[in-house]
Amino acid sequence: MHAVHTQNLSIFLGESQALTNISCCIKEGEFVAILGPNGAGKSTFLKVLLGVLEPSGGNVQIFEQSPRKVNPEWIGYVPQAKTLDRNFPALATELVVTGMHRTWLRRISGADRAAARDALKMVGADHLANRPLSKLSGGELQRIYLARSLARKPRLILLDEPATGIDTVGETDFYRLLDSYRHKHNATILMITHNQEVASQHADRVMVLNRRLFGFGTPAETMCDECLHSAYSTENQNSNIPDLRTGANHA
Amino acid sequence: MLEALSLPFMQRALIAGLMVAFLASYYGVFVVQRGLGFLGNGLAHAAFGGVALGLLLGQEPLTIAVPFTMAVSIAIIWVRHRTTLASDTVIGVFFAVSMAAGIIFLSLKKDYSADAFSYLFGSILAITNTDLWVTSGVVVLALLAQPLWGRWAYATFDRELAISDRVPVILDEYLLGILMAVTVVVSVKVVGIVLISAFLVIPAAAARLVVRRFATMTWLSILFGMSSATFGLWGSYQLDLPSGATIVIFQAIIFLTCLGLLSLTRIIDARRNKNS
Repeated sequence: MHAVHTQNLSIFLGESQALTNISCCIKEGEFVAILGPNGAGKSTFLKVLLGVLEPSGGNVQIFEQSPRKVNPEWIGYVPQAKTLDRNFPALATELVVTGMHRTWLRRISGADRAAARDALKMVGADHLANRPLSKLSGGELQRIYLARSLARKPRLILLDEPATGIDTVGETDFYRLLDSYRHKHNATILMITHNQEVASQHADRVMVLNRRLFGFGTPAETMCDECLHSAYSTENQNSNIPDLRTGANHA
Repeated sequence: MLEALSLPFMQRALIAGLMVAFLASYYGVFVVQRGLGFLGNGLAHAAFGGVALGLLLGQEPLTIAVPFTMAVSIAIIWVRHRTTLASDTVIGVFFAVSMAAGIIFLSLKKDYSADAFSYLFGSILAITNTDLWVTSGVVVLALLAQPLWGRWAYATFDRELAISDRVPVILDEYLLGILMAVTVVVSVKVVGIVLISAFLVIPAAAARLVVRRFATMTWLSILFGMSSATFGLWGSYQLDLPSGATIVIFQAIIFLTCLGLLSLTRIIDARRNKNS
């Protein structure tokens, strides 16, 4: 079964076209890295898969259903660190519990607390269980979001630059955890990254995106200079071009 | 206080004050956490337009103000969803237009409209039994909608995450907007158009300063709102001051106390970190 199947997917955000004619098939159990410059429509693509944005044209299917019909518990999502709200009065445990109940709970039962702690332990963040979101660093908050996603045992995990703000040792553990979850549960992973090394080490296939699909294949096929440079040097590109080896931004 | 409570108008004032404080401080947590502090003002001024229209038509003002304010609330949300304008800008447009409409409606009315001014500044001591029944109806509505708290809280925390989890966020925004509009209209007679936003914002903002959980913030906001209504009413009776304004002063005292507590906690934390 295909975890994700898009045909000629197009998205307009207001007047501007964010994505044009994206067609791809991602099999269950695959790890796909999404590369592309800032403003390339990568996060928009994930939001279409989540059912947050409606496609302007084309067709999208998640496990052979439309994104808004598919069981939301099958999908785990880790948003970009810079979009996360730390001003909301909540403890890390409460955020993890939303992953299981899909609502905010007034009171957390003992069973939910234990399940949340297990999920936090999985990502090495059980010591943060009772910490308010306002006192977490960007990297810590992303771990909590990952725990939140894994708590619902998802079949598809969507990650938007998940390693931003995580130190090198933490990053290694982070990808080890993702790989182990994927193999154990045959989960599909789609991850936006600016780090070419991470993409080549962990992904089965790489999608190079800049409003349209510039390449989709194995790391060896897509991460050639020709493909990457054509994607990163189109008229749409932003002035902040990431270093393709490390993901660091420089003008 | 007990002596004051033997007077029927004070009994009605206390019951109305407590109900309005409960409603405003309950919805206030969403207003504060969503950064919509200006919404209370906008809806209160929309209520003024509705009250003025009611007076012009010779109808009971609240029967016109309720649908009028609900319509404005729906229009604010509708425009926000369909444009890239910031919430405060949209609210500002409707705020000004409703106020202007209210002024025109009053100017068209031949006789002097003393009633309109009682809505501007509130007249908690002139609450009638009918007002109490109407306000109790709105409290029942809030209690019936109480299971939606979790969904509203989730969307307040992260709108996109809530949508991805199939929470009907847009429907909920309209529902919350309508319930808040009704709350503002019934509160207008008690606290007045000028001060209603204080009831929505101050107890919730004070609670936000001292809590770590949204559920606790909700309970504490209600407690702050209801206790300042009680003590404010008592203070206004003792000192012969306007009741709505005295209640707001008590809310401000609670807010300043919470601010002091927050600063104290930060100093203690800083010292503890320095020592360790």
